[in-house]
Amino acid sequence: MAEEKKLFKVKIDNISVEVEPGTTILNAARKIGGDIVPPAMCYYSKLQGSGGKCRTCLVKVSKGSDADPRPMPKLVASCRTTVMDGMEVANITSPEVLDARKGVVEFLLLNHPLDCPVCDQAGECHLQDLSYEHGADSTRYEFKRRTFDRVDIGDKIQLHMTRCILCYRCVFTADQLTEKREHGVLGRGEAAEIGTYIQQSLDNNFIGNVIDVCPVGALTDKTFRFKNRVWFLKPVDAHRECHDPKCCGKTVLWMRGDEIFRVTARKDKYGEVEEWICDTCRFDKKEAKDWIIEGPRQIERQSVISQGHYVGVHKPKDPLVDVLDGRQPKLLLDIHNISEVNKPNVDLSKIQGPAHSDDFNKK
Amino acid sequence: MGRKLLFDKAHIEGIRYYDVYRANGGYGSAEKALKSMSPEQVLDEVKKSGLRGRGGAGFPTGMKWSFIAKPEGVPRYLVCNADESEPGTFKDRYLMEFIPHLLIEGLLISSYTLGCNSCYIYIRGEYAWIPDILEEAIADAKKNGWLGKNIQGTGFDLEIYVQRGAGAYICGEETALIESLEGKRGNPRIKPPFPAVKGLWDCPTVVNNVETLATVVPILRIGGEEYAKYGTGKSTGTKLISACGNINKPGVYEIEMNISVEEFIYSDEYCGGIPNGKRLKACIPGGSSVPILPANLLLKTAKGEPRMMTYESLSDGGFATGTMLGSGGFIVLDEDQCIVKNTLTFARFYHHESCGQCSPCREGTGWMKRVLLNIENGKGKMSDIDLLWDIQRKIEGNTICPLGDAAAWPVAAAIRHFRDEFEWHVLHPEEATKRNYGLAHYADPLEIAAPAAV
Repeated sequence: MAEEKKLFKVKIDNISVEVEPGTTILNAARKIGGDIVPPAMCYYSKLQGSGGKCRTCLVKVSKGSDADPRPMPKLVASCRTTVMDGMEVANITSPEVLDARKGVVEFLLLNHPLDCPVCDQAGECHLQDLSYEHGADSTRYEFKRRTFDRVDIGDKIQLHMTRCILCYRCVFTADQLTEKREHGVLGRGEAAEIGTYIQQSLDNNFIGNVIDVCPVGALTDKTFRFKNRVWFLKPVDAHRECHDPKCCGKTVLWMRGDEIFRVTARKDKYGEVEEWICDTCRFDKKEAKDWIIEGPRQIERQSVISQGHYVGVHKPKDPLVDVLDGRQPKLLLDIHNISEVNKPNVDLSKIQGPAHSDDFNKK
Repeated sequence: MGRKLLFDKAHIEGIRYYDVYRANGGYGSAEKALKSMSPEQVLDEVKKSGLRGRGGAGFPTGMKWSFIAKPEGVPRYLVCNADESEPGTFKDRYLMEFIPHLLIEGLLISSYTLGCNSCYIYIRGEYAWIPDILEEAIADAKKNGWLGKNIQGTGFDLEIYVQRGAGAYICGEETALIESLEGKRGNPRIKPPFPAVKGLWDCPTVVNNVETLATVVPILRIGGEEYAKYGTGKSTGTKLISACGNINKPGVYEIEMNISVEEFIYSDEYCGGIPNGKRLKACIPGGSSVPILPANLLLKTAKGEPRMMTYESLSDGGFATGTMLGSGGFIVLDEDQCIVKNTLTFARFYHHESCGQCSPCREGTGWMKRVLLNIENGKGKMSDIDLLWDIQRKIEGNTICPLGDAAAWPVAAAIRHFRDEFEWHVLHPEEATKRNYGLAHYADPLEIAAPAAV
């Protein structure tokens, strides 16, 4: 070691931690961990320039630094404020912060449709967690929630603008990961929305990562749409040899039995992606033979998802093989040979109204 | 007659053109600065003058200039904020339209002080005819050797560019202005870093209001110490006030900061009183975002002293009983005006102009507007008044840029001082659609609070 770096001493909710100069308050709090970590809806440590927008991570700086002990006049966004030596920060010990945070959560939920029962993000939604922890029991908003014209952004990603909280994470993702950004924020104020201006599909490689960074259900996987609830699926770590040099090939498969319902990147306990994955891994490799499975993945963040892991469980043995003693099963009777009902050439979904025996008599 | 420094020659015919401006002593200050003074000396004069930013915040200009980072080999920029869009404020328009060379001379001196070789005037999109005036003036100045390369043989280079905005109030916020100037979406940046360190194209930048930069010219003409003798206390010099509303003579006035609010409203030299013999009900003395005050608190402070047109006197008593000088958009309301409707108008404006970047402002401004609309339309409830108070409290101070505060303050002040009128609207929805609450007790002399017993 040529020169030892000077570390800054910071106190967050009376817990001391030493961090490198240039660290943000949020990251210093994450270094301590536990209850005192402010929630973050827009900040994403892997995306440059993110943060500062949602205001859920507001904290009170009760002492600026050793050199200048004055407190900061306003609450500050902890994700974008860097620490100073001797700084003292109050998060959950400050009623002012908790009150402001409650206000921010109320603002975020003001126009949110609360359609969690039909939302694919439910169960892994940061806004759900946030409102559970900091939200009010009911809304004081008596007006119509805002709606948007539906924008189709291709066959891989589904956009639900009504659920969006305008965190800008997907914009930064497209800027920093893909070759070209095709979408952005259009409009201003309440009318601001994620869109592509001239309707274009998002299909640049790596754009699938916007699904993982989206804290709410605004951007979801279209290939997984309405297929299953995430808490019914079992997340397992898996990897494959990916030929894309930027892709790590390490993923989480969301499975039920042998069937892979969706593929996502691996996320840490703050819901942030550990390493980005390419769109081939995410959308095109949905068979168990494409992957080398490592084992079940524990999902934290107040989630019930990992409750579905039954470690050491074996698949029951198929008893038929023993009973038949090596013989192959034989078809004794085809029901269609003796019954007019349940003809395979009658498509039940094409029948108008309730089915009637007449529907099956037609030649 | 009050002394004038900016508009002393405004009455001369053709002052808009270079020849007339020059013949009346124009560019004299620039000549003095460039030829006989060092940038440090100019900065010293500005500091001595006590000039405070005229855009609204009132931050000392000399101090702001001394903050600019000066790394080697990195250009510095001066940006002139001409994105004047606050309802009630129209002072810069007059200045740019009628005396454009005053601004250009101010830009030249300021750029020389800061060491900038390019300077941008970011002008509000709705001022569609002014860029032509400015560009003509810039061309004339260039022809006469006041811009371009090697100005007047001093070796100093300066180019001034005029850039039109697209009509967004938020682009008057300095970092949003810089983003917009760079060709991006006009979203305010998250500070720090401040523009003095990382501004336009990541270079050190100073953003100043039109009036601030123009004021540098008289400061150099008469000297900083002489300038500081104008006005009162820390409010030195003169200030442009754009007066509008229920007054006999609306317009832009240059006042020396030593007259009282009462004199400004009622004297014939300025607003000339309230038309049709009506009485004063309320006033917003510094543009739409500053707190509104009822007549009794406007003319006299809570301590019973007459309120003066200065930064300190107007903000005397904090937001509880005071307001701010702001950008000088002086809006007068007579007894026939409805405070609820006035507050709704402002709330609608801030809702429309919110950039939508951070959640409290994006969601809260629209909520306040809708609640106010209900009250105005006779559908309000008593709880709505407390709800409004709670919403504004949760917006204020929790947003990225001051637009959130600007949206919250007018609502807060209206409820603080005019709660009776809001309650009357809720209790008499039928009557409220037909007539106004009137003056009520808002002009009654206030009891002066006795000093707190120790």
